[in-house]
Amino acid sequence: MSNNTEKFEQLAKVIEEHKDQKGGLMPVLQEAQAIFGCVPLDVQEIIAEGLNVTLSEVYGVATFYSQFSLEPKGEYVCGVCLGTACYVKGSQKVLDKLASELNIEVGRTTPDGKFTIQATRCLGACGLAPVMMINDEVYGRLTPEEIPGILAKYQG
Amino acid sequence: MEQMITVTIDGVQVEVPAGSTVLEAARKANVNIPTLCFLKDINQTGNCRLCVVDCGGRALQAACVLPCTPGMVVKTNTPAVREARKMNLELILSNHDKKCLSCVRSQNCELQALCKELGVEDGDRFAGAQSTYAIDDTSVSIVRDNNKCVLCRRCVGACANVQKIGVIGPVMRGFKTAIESPFEKKLAQMACINCGQCITACPVGALTEKDNTKEVWAAINDTTKHVVVQPAPAVRAALGEEFGMPIGTSVTGKMAAALRRLGFDKVFDTDFAADLTIMEEANELIDRVTNGGVLPMITSCSPGWIKFCEHYYPEFLPNLSSCKSPHEMAGAMIKTYYAQKAGIDPKDIVVVSVMPCTAKKFEAKRPELSNNGLFDVDHVITTRELAKMIKEAGINFTALEDEDFDSLMGASTGAAVIFGTTGGVMEAALRTAYEVITGETLENVNFTAVRGMEGIKEASVKVGDLDVNVAVASSTGKAAELLDMIKNGEKNYTFIEIMGCPGGCVNGGGQPIVSAQIRNWEDIRTKRAQALYSEDEAKTLRKSHENPEIKQIYDEFLGKPNSHKAHELLHTTYEQRDLYL
Repeated sequence: MSNNTEKFEQLAKVIEEHKDQKGGLMPVLQEAQAIFGCVPLDVQEIIAEGLNVTLSEVYGVATFYSQFSLEPKGEYVCGVCLGTACYVKGSQKVLDKLASELNIEVGRTTPDGKFTIQATRCLGACGLAPVMMINDEVYGRLTPEEIPGILAKYQG
Repeated sequence: MEQMITVTIDGVQVEVPAGSTVLEAARKANVNIPTLCFLKDINQTGNCRLCVVDCGGRALQAACVLPCTPGMVVKTNTPAVREARKMNLELILSNHDKKCLSCVRSQNCELQALCKELGVEDGDRFAGAQSTYAIDDTSVSIVRDNNKCVLCRRCVGACANVQKIGVIGPVMRGFKTAIESPFEKKLAQMACINCGQCITACPVGALTEKDNTKEVWAAINDTTKHVVVQPAPAVRAALGEEFGMPIGTSVTGKMAAALRRLGFDKVFDTDFAADLTIMEEANELIDRVTNGGVLPMITSCSPGWIKFCEHYYPEFLPNLSSCKSPHEMAGAMIKTYYAQKAGIDPKDIVVVSVMPCTAKKFEAKRPELSNNGLFDVDHVITTRELAKMIKEAGINFTALEDEDFDSLMGASTGAAVIFGTTGGVMEAALRTAYEVITGETLENVNFTAVRGMEGIKEASVKVGDLDVNVAVASSTGKAAELLDMIKNGEKNYTFIEIMGCPGGCVNGGGQPIVSAQIRNWEDIRTKRAQALYSEDEAKTLRKSHENPEIKQIYDEFLGKPNSHKAHELLHTTYEQRDLYL
């Protein structure tokens, strides 16, 4: 809890810095995401009040940009590349398989907090297309069939 | 002198003030450029792309947001322009729930009208994926159906910019974009004030009032019930529009006749109760001034404003007049005074209010607005819902002979009828307060300083030896501005009138919906208000305390204004409400 109090104090400082700045919402949301790892309802309410904007506006921006997450990320963040090269090599099928294996929608986190699925832009490893990253680990030349085996390594 | 610039629209040279948009210039050249998302003073975002024009550049431009430049040459009628507009419209149609036959906005839908104007031949040209949303009918006032939403953002402009509330806004992006409340909350969970300005801004059927006509028909058809109806002042200034009459036509007599034909047992008038409100409110003001009560006193007739105050400015709750709003006063009197006189058990009486307002639907359900377990008002329908009932009943409205309201609670003065417009309650209160305080006759009853459509009006009124500083605000956005100035100590008033909708009830969220094609160019609020001022002017009695039926109700039932009985039945309390529910 003391940890959380510290985070909210940090947030208050960030809001104070940006509150008179035009377009201050974006940097505040980015820093809030860095502090909390996500921007849930209570954090957005504080931002709205602090910047004197409506919660609708904060939520609108937070859901417009894919960099923001409304819920905490899982222990393992699985990012499947949907860049052009990976996409033509079938990464959508890999992503779909991942979603069905973990039984969550893309962008969400499993209820046990273990996995988060993200669709990403080009990861810069086009030669290995289709590519997926789980935290810092890169998996290349993937087929959907390989997904259960890869996930099993992290489920143990 | 305003600087003028010359532009050429389709070969026609026109002079326009610098800063005009191409849309405005085209209008001057007698060219109507189609628009969907543009709504003057509310939404100017250029996102629907139906108003594109050719200015000689590489891409077509949106005329509603494009400023004129000197010597500009604009073409609005090229094959490329026509095709682009049509395709943009067809793309909007591709994700629109086209249930036109049963849509409440059928024949008053801007999307439908545009399809005809732009010559759309196949509404399903770009048939493909379609979003599906659950209809949000959690609010007692407003229903949101995102399946029909065209993402124009006019509702967002009305809610966030005009009313300064912002309980809905665009969320997500791309195909998933929707107008929603944050965190998938429903409207009833938000600090929505139910003003309905989003409804009158909506070009399609995505926003509507909660329909209560079925309950009203059921009450009328129930022979064990005695159904009493009362229409608000502003209804008579706009109802005619629903039957093709010009904006600003007063239809008081026809409305009374139509209500009788619908089968209501008694046709009373909320105007009577407006006079009653003035008796109570003017005397409350005098009491606060002479006995050191909380000032400035702020009017309490507008339920949108009241809920706004409860959520957003609770520190001003002690400033609110304790008077119930007029239709609630009428309801309370119908179920006591009238019930007693007519010898009817109040339990068998159903009170129906016809209001220019969607917030009145919420107000009527406030538990504190009841007496002996009976709500003062049972059902609230809007001006639009009344028009719908009249059409369903096959009544030839425009041909009806004028009729009067029923006596006992049907007489009213000119002071009451102007309640329907911004400044009207203030003016009515001043007419009575002046005479009560000074004991002299007020010769000129027209307080013109508080008339007009400006968002905030101020005046200093001489009442005997007293200089009374008053202010009038309409729209909650303007109310917030005014309250902030009072909080900062910049301003100091004795009496303030606030109405939740811009321009007051004549422009209420329950009034006939006027297409942006008219609203962008005509001042509908002033026209409707003028209808009320003309009625006031035509009346012999123009001060509330001169109403003979008001004198009678105090003599026979209430005693004096602000008496114990009056307090019990005609006054109420308010509660602070949270911002996030």
